[in-house]
Amino acid sequence: MEISVEVKNLKKWFWTGRSALGKKEAVRAVDDVSFHINKKEVLGLVGESGCGKTTCGKLILRILDPTGGSIYFDGCDITNLNRKEMLKIRKNMMIIYQDPFGSLDPRMTIGSAIAEPMAVHKTTRKSEREDRVITIMKKVGLTTDQKNRYPHEFSGGQRQRIGIARALATNPEFIVADESVSALDVSIQAQIINLLQDLQKELGLTLLFIAHDLSVIKHISDRVAVMYLGKIVEMALKSDLFDNPEHPYTGALLSAIPVPDPGLRKKRKILMGDVPSPINPPSGCRFHPRCPQRMEICDKEIPVLKETSSGHSVACHLY
Amino acid sequence: MMRRFINNKSALFGLVILIILILSALMAGFIAPNSPTPSPPDLHNSLKPGFWSKDGIQGMPLGTDALGRCVLSRIIFGTRVSLSAGLVAVGIAMILGIMLGVIGGYFGGWVDSVIMRFVDIMFAFPALLLAIVIVAVIGHGLDKAMIAIGIVYTPQMARIIRSSVLYIKEMEYIEVQKAIGSSNLRIIFRHVIPNSIAPVIVYGTLMLATAILDCAALGFLGLGAQPPTPEWGAMLARSYSYIVSGAWWAATFPGLAILLSVLSLNLLGDGLRDTLDPRLKT
Repeated sequence: MEISVEVKNLKKWFWTGRSALGKKEAVRAVDDVSFHINKKEVLGLVGESGCGKTTCGKLILRILDPTGGSIYFDGCDITNLNRKEMLKIRKNMMIIYQDPFGSLDPRMTIGSAIAEPMAVHKTTRKSEREDRVITIMKKVGLTTDQKNRYPHEFSGGQRQRIGIARALATNPEFIVADESVSALDVSIQAQIINLLQDLQKELGLTLLFIAHDLSVIKHISDRVAVMYLGKIVEMALKSDLFDNPEHPYTGALLSAIPVPDPGLRKKRKILMGDVPSPINPPSGCRFHPRCPQRMEICDKEIPVLKETSSGHSVACHLY
Repeated sequence: MMRRFINNKSALFGLVILIILILSALMAGFIAPNSPTPSPPDLHNSLKPGFWSKDGIQGMPLGTDALGRCVLSRIIFGTRVSLSAGLVAVGIAMILGIMLGVIGGYFGGWVDSVIMRFVDIMFAFPALLLAIVIVAVIGHGLDKAMIAIGIVYTPQMARIIRSSVLYIKEMEYIEVQKAIGSSNLRIIFRHVIPNSIAPVIVYGTLMLATAILDCAALGFLGLGAQPPTPEWGAMLARSYSYIVSGAWWAATFPGLAILLSVLSLNLLGDGLRDTLDPRLKT
């Protein structure tokens, strides 16, 4: 299988100033993360809020500049490309944002919002842009007479469709969907996920699907990566991960999925404490203060992500 | 939004007065009973009262000034001068202010620091004093006065637009544009400016009032419009000494015209602000 996107040892530290001792402090939002996404695959990236999922997505698109590590897109290293060189690549990678209200310019009709990427990249001739806008609008389930309306006239679900249409305008290969459904209510979520799934299959898109909702991830992903405090703790094929979680954190996450059958109430693995501060992460395994299965080695050595069975990797001293 | 504006009585009053002023400026040639600058001046009719007195002069309802010119006609033609002077001055302030404010707010860093410190320095001078200094440097005349006032108002504009740019540039749709690959120029012109322009429109209206006032002030000091241009400030300056000798009309009516135009613009500006930004309404 061909690889579309790959990141190696990706790091992003946000400098926050100095501590009382005059030492420079940093929020380690993404700390040494490596993974790849195959072509036409959906990788679900899941984790609690604040674990660095979104930062990870933005780093791949070079909206943020990484502190360390490298990013490959279609086999070429894009980590250090400048603005101009990046522009050629940007038309092949797009993003769909979380907030359908904030990600559209309130003073721009949705027709021109969708045409915007084409205008920037000059992928379609001016005379043909109109037709292309109409084609995409139909594809995402908007009616063409809505072309000249403004974003405030649309509902959340419709706006998210507009966001998807804009992301598709230049026919990209790779799309980052950053919590694209978490701001919508459940019935609309289902519509948008199905739309994304259909489009992904029809257009052969590679998708990095970022979410904190495991049922959403389960529905759409081929493979799933679980993040905790800036690190990937487990990565596996969807079925593998959901049937056979290896990392204790993944186990706890999965047990938190609500089951709609009161008779079938599972024993929940409830984690104690809060997520530690990413400014000062725990030594060794970052999960050890909350881990129900912790051992002596856990606060001393950082576990590396290693493959336990084919395609299933986990970063834990238990394996 | 329209309804909220119409329900605002004082704003509506301001708008009506302003429309009257604009109409009289546009059609000055048709409305004015006499020429504002007759030549040679009719010194025979110097300082004759208007309709309120039985000595009043026929055909000049607001009387005449020291050179026997019709005060009403001069005020009507003066509307043209004052309004256009205000508009040009505010226009200059808007263009310069938007440029400085957007560049500073959008790019931030040392560029912003340099621009804003410069603006702070400008703010340290009283507006009129600074205008006088600029006129002293670039020379007298109505056009120079407009430029001077435009420059003096630039810092205010720059600050207003900078603050809204600072807010707008953090919006997600700006980040989307960066992800798409839009150039900074494209982002600024297509997204940042259209979204941060609303307060500029409001303050522009309010600024127009003070610009007219300052233009009149420069005219009064003899640094603005030069005779025989019928400019309100200049008219006031050339007639106020006759108030003591009983000829109050030549100075009072231009003064009232200034008052009325400034008042109408202020009411309109306040009304616009309330309409466009209901959060400010208490």
